[in-house]
Amino acid sequence: MGILVFCDHDNGQFGAATLNAVSAARQIGGDIHLLVAGDTSGTIATEAAAIAGVAKVLVADGAEYAHGLAENLAPLICDLASQYSHILAPATTTGKNIMPRVAALLDVMQISDIIKIDDANTFQRPIYAGNALSTVRSDETTKIITVRSTAFEAALAEGGSATVEKIGNNGDSGLSSYVKSELSSTDRPELTSAPIVISGGRGMQDGANFAMLEKVADKLGAAVGASRAAVDAGFVPNDYQVGQTGKVVAPDLYVAVGISGAIQHLAGMKDSKVIVAINKDDEAPIFQVADFGLVADLFDAVPELEKELG
Amino acid sequence: MKVLVPVKRVIDYNVKVRVKADNSGVELANVKMAMNPFDEIAVEQALRLKEASGAEEVVVVSIGPAQNQETIRTALAMGADRGIHIEASHDIEPLAVAKLLKAVVERETPGLVLVGKQAIDDDCNQTGQMLAALLGWAQGTFVSALEVAGDKAKIVREVDGGLEHLEIQMPAIVSVDLRLNEPRYASLPNIMKAKKKPLDSLTVDELGVDINPRLTIVKVEEPAAREAGIKVADVKELVEKLKNEAKVI
Ligand SMILES: Cc1cc2nc3c(=O)[nH]c(=O)nc-3n(C[C@H](O)[C@H](O)[C@H](O)COP(=O)(O)OP(=O)(O)OC[C@H]3O[C@@H](n4cnc5c(N)ncnc54)[C@H](O)[C@@H]3O)c2cc1C
Repeated sequence: MGILVFCDHDNGQFGAATLNAVSAARQIGGDIHLLVAGDTSGTIATEAAAIAGVAKVLVADGAEYAHGLAENLAPLICDLASQYSHILAPATTTGKNIMPRVAALLDVMQISDIIKIDDANTFQRPIYAGNALSTVRSDETTKIITVRSTAFEAALAEGGSATVEKIGNNGDSGLSSYVKSELSSTDRPELTSAPIVISGGRGMQDGANFAMLEKVADKLGAAVGASRAAVDAGFVPNDYQVGQTGKVVAPDLYVAVGISGAIQHLAGMKDSKVIVAINKDDEAPIFQVADFGLVADLFDAVPELEKELG
Repeated sequence: MKVLVPVKRVIDYNVKVRVKADNSGVELANVKMAMNPFDEIAVEQALRLKEASGAEEVVVVSIGPAQNQETIRTALAMGADRGIHIEASHDIEPLAVAKLLKAVVERETPGLVLVGKQAIDDDCNQTGQMLAALLGWAQGTFVSALEVAGDKAKIVREVDGGLEHLEIQMPAIVSVDLRLNEPRYASLPNIMKAKKKPLDSLTVDELGVDINPRLTIVKVEEPAAREAGIKVADVKELVEKLKNEAKVI
């Protein structure tokens, strides 16, 4: 039996996290099929067919799949389930929304946010904001899994030559409908896959001061993130939030500016390769995880950093 | 409309958890417990609906050991009307929780179930979606704004790319995110009043649900600790280290 991977996409491009989920599927082992459901999923299907390691792309084309509505997508996935030993989705907000609905319809207990695969039945996942790691075994006939993207390398987006097969739709549930999106647009790299992230916290004092971080980010090709306190205060939009309940990042370099280092924030960034903390309080817990700590007022240090980077 | 709010008792979010020496789980003995922060937000939202006359009754339900009654009392002190306690052991999986909640929904017939989007102990983020699946209801997840109007609700969801607006059919399951509201504190008079509010108990057997775990916990471990770093004297030294030592810029 093969593995089905749910492709997260925006009807234009597939999300990078899908590539990490494909890698996890390859580690489990078996024929990998990708499910592309959406409006105009034709173009994405062509891209998806090129992902290395994918044997087949299943395409369900229909307006009812365009916006990731769980009420429409879960029955579609359930209809396919009997053919697969595992069904994986990236642990994006789309994957987290849909997969538990699939699991319950199949009467299966889901394994959320896996970070390591011991064997085809045994997986490791973080609990308590990553302060403990739990290894669980599942004997369910179909394993429903979401994959933490930072824990698995991205599969190559090219080199594959999967067959593409159209599958039937099962219509609109009528339970929910899409109204609109308010997406933050940025020219900077995406937070969860950027090689460098610079995040600001409550210490930034207001949204306008994030311009200082953006200038540094532009010099480094970095994404900009934030703590919950900075988002709650309205300095930046919600999609900047790094942490237990925001995004999980693991860049080569993470720079925390004016962030104290609460465990809920650390949960989202402590697997970064190199961590820098800039904070005026030398007792701030963020220094306990920082490779390089600078005790300084950020309003001096950040402009200086920008200058120093030339 | 009746609103049902499931609440979970978890280790307080300020506590640093410790893994048990035998790697079977985390230490729960003598640890400060509290209501899951997301569930507090769900209770608060239910109370606001009631205050705006959008709800007649707010019923809270908690599944777990006898101490969960304290968690229910906390919600009652915030202003909920009535509690239901379902006695069960500590480790009960989201799928079983969803099945128990489905049985409660069938008895109580609420028009809305407000749940926290995740519990900060197992971080599963499953129960609301599973309950919606079992009931065949609409699900609004990770919600930061909610407006109920007749048999529809307008919701705003926090998604990876920003915000998403949906309209969902009622009755529905709505899972709440951090920015939906700021929960109130219970006042002393309300804490006293809460002691007299009705709190019913149900058993798993009465609800006829199989709660045997589906997953086996092989082991629970501490994550590898990061090695202590160094403090740099100034920005110049920082940039020099990042360039030449860490080689990340
Ligand atoms: C259920 C739950 C989930 C949560 N999820 C998340 C999450 O996903 N992500 C998250 O980040 N948080 C989360 N939190 C919140 C978390 O507990 C902290 O409250 C939050 O991370 C604090 O943000 P902060 O570090 O920006 O603010 P603070 O803790 O207020 O720290 C501000 C820091 O800035 C420093 N500072 C101030 N001025 C300057 C200056 N001029 N120069 C230099 N330094 C300065 C201060 O010394 C201080 O260390 C969650 C909390 C709960 C209860």
